Amino acid sequence: MPMLVLFTLSFWIQEYLDFIRTFSIKNYLDFFQKPIYIKILFKSIRMSSLVTVVTVLLAYPMAYYIAFRVKRNKLVWLILITVPFWTSYLLRVFAWKIMLGYNGVINSGLKSLGLLSEPLEFLLYNPTSVVITLAHAWAAFAILPIYVSLEKIDRSLLEAARDLGENPFMTFVRVTLPLSLPGVIAASLLVFIPTVGDYVTPSLVGGPSGIMIGNIIQSMFGKAQNWPLGAAISVMSMLTVTLMVSLFLWGTHNFRRRIA
Amino acid sequence: MKSNHPWWKPDGLLIYAILYLVFIYLPVLFLPLFSFNNSTYITFPLKDFTLKWYAKMINSPGLLEALFNSIKVGLLVAIFSTILGLLAAKSVTRYRFKGRGPLVSFIMIPLVIPEIILAISLLILISQANIPLSLWTIGFSHLLLCIPFSMLILISRMEGFDKSLEEAALDLGENPWMTFWRVTFPIVLPGIVASLLLTFTISFDEFVLAFFLSSTDATLPIYIWSSLRFPTKIPAILALGASIFVISFFVVTFAEWVRRRGVKLESTSGI
Repeated sequence: MPMLVLFTLSFWIQEYLDFIRTFSIKNYLDFFQKPIYIKILFKSIRMSSLVTVVTVLLAYPMAYYIAFRVKRNKLVWLILITVPFWTSYLLRVFAWKIMLGYNGVINSGLKSLGLLSEPLEFLLYNPTSVVITLAHAWAAFAILPIYVSLEKIDRSLLEAARDLGENPFMTFVRVTLPLSLPGVIAASLLVFIPTVGDYVTPSLVGGPSGIMIGNIIQSMFGKAQNWPLGAAISVMSMLTVTLMVSLFLWGTHNFRRRIA
Repeated sequence: MKSNHPWWKPDGLLIYAILYLVFIYLPVLFLPLFSFNNSTYITFPLKDFTLKWYAKMINSPGLLEALFNSIKVGLLVAIFSTILGLLAAKSVTRYRFKGRGPLVSFIMIPLVIPEIILAISLLILISQANIPLSLWTIGFSHLLLCIPFSMLILISRMEGFDKSLEEAALDLGENPWMTFWRVTFPIVLPGIVASLLLTFTISFDEFVLAFFLSSTDATLPIYIWSSLRFPTKIPAILALGASIFVISFFVVTFAEWVRRRGVKLESTSGI
């Protein structure tokens, strides 16, 4: 129902404070003709994909360690992983501003140690700082599903592979990795979908060059006061995300069939 | 698999795990550190130890009001989401009806769309219906967001127990309501507690929906967001973050303690 309303509104036109309620594709024409929207949408997709890859790659060895190497106190490790995420999301993001800022922890720390005379300016307010912050903020969402799928793997399969003469590395590539793919896929989606629309992180640590599509949508509903155009941009973003997710699922499905 | 490595040959994965923990803890630990620092500016070198930011936190009416609003909304959302989730989980696990699959996936939709899209859709809907924005609209949006989580938790709990227990109670002459109260409810209780805790946490920390759907009454995340722009307000916010962190630590420990007690009771009662 709310989706339907969003879809309808995207075909209306904003005039001052009112909507003109006749069907119009003006907003979509605007979207396609002004290169900035498509550019930022693609940039958001690229950044979120990068965040997803980084988060999942960093999380996998951690989940692997808890699932296979920790014999007792697995719960303690899992709690250790989730504890940092009990702080508010806003404050977790803000923590990176404290870390990377002009007078932040890294700069002022290095300065008081005498290692630096001028603060490094490239740390904050760019796409990289957004990617680092998001990879940190969503870490638990990647570790937990991967851990669950690793934990489910029947240990005798690994022993069988070893007994049949595979070395540890090939056992991992041919047994553990394929069997843990459902967890990797779930983790990727859990990180990718919310981060595409995030506007908190880009507006706190992104600066002008780190803007994402969420910031544009938010400004259409705030300062820019053009709800229908905002709705049209949202519809296009959702279509793109759905398309990306479908492509990803199709790709992983084929990949799993090939190695099976 | 070898797990006992000699100490002179360190385990690569262990080192990685420790580095990873440093990565996820380090930024977050600076928040409480600077909340005890006697300076408005969040920068090294540290000045002396102070508790004044905690005093300032307790004495700022806007902050306390926002905290109170968040608790109000969170409690209502947790209770209603768990009740609705319980009803939905019960009908999904106990009755096989047509359109069950599509219905479940329909309720799960809020989980798979970016929150900002949900937020603006609801904003349009609410403004077109001429409903004024208030804490109620925030609560309503949080309810939509939380029901899927309640359902997921409760469905997995309900699928775990034997339907014949309920049937036995009915055969022995209990009415459906008493059957629910005396058989179903005690068994799903851990799921209910988990659902209450999780949905309260989600609502308490939720920013995007609240940002679009709030009027003048702020919830805590909105208050934090507006304070982040004023450097003088930040240390008190850090104090607040540290306090919430300590409180949630005790709540989670308590919940875990309750859960373990529940498990023990179950295993000693001989079921």
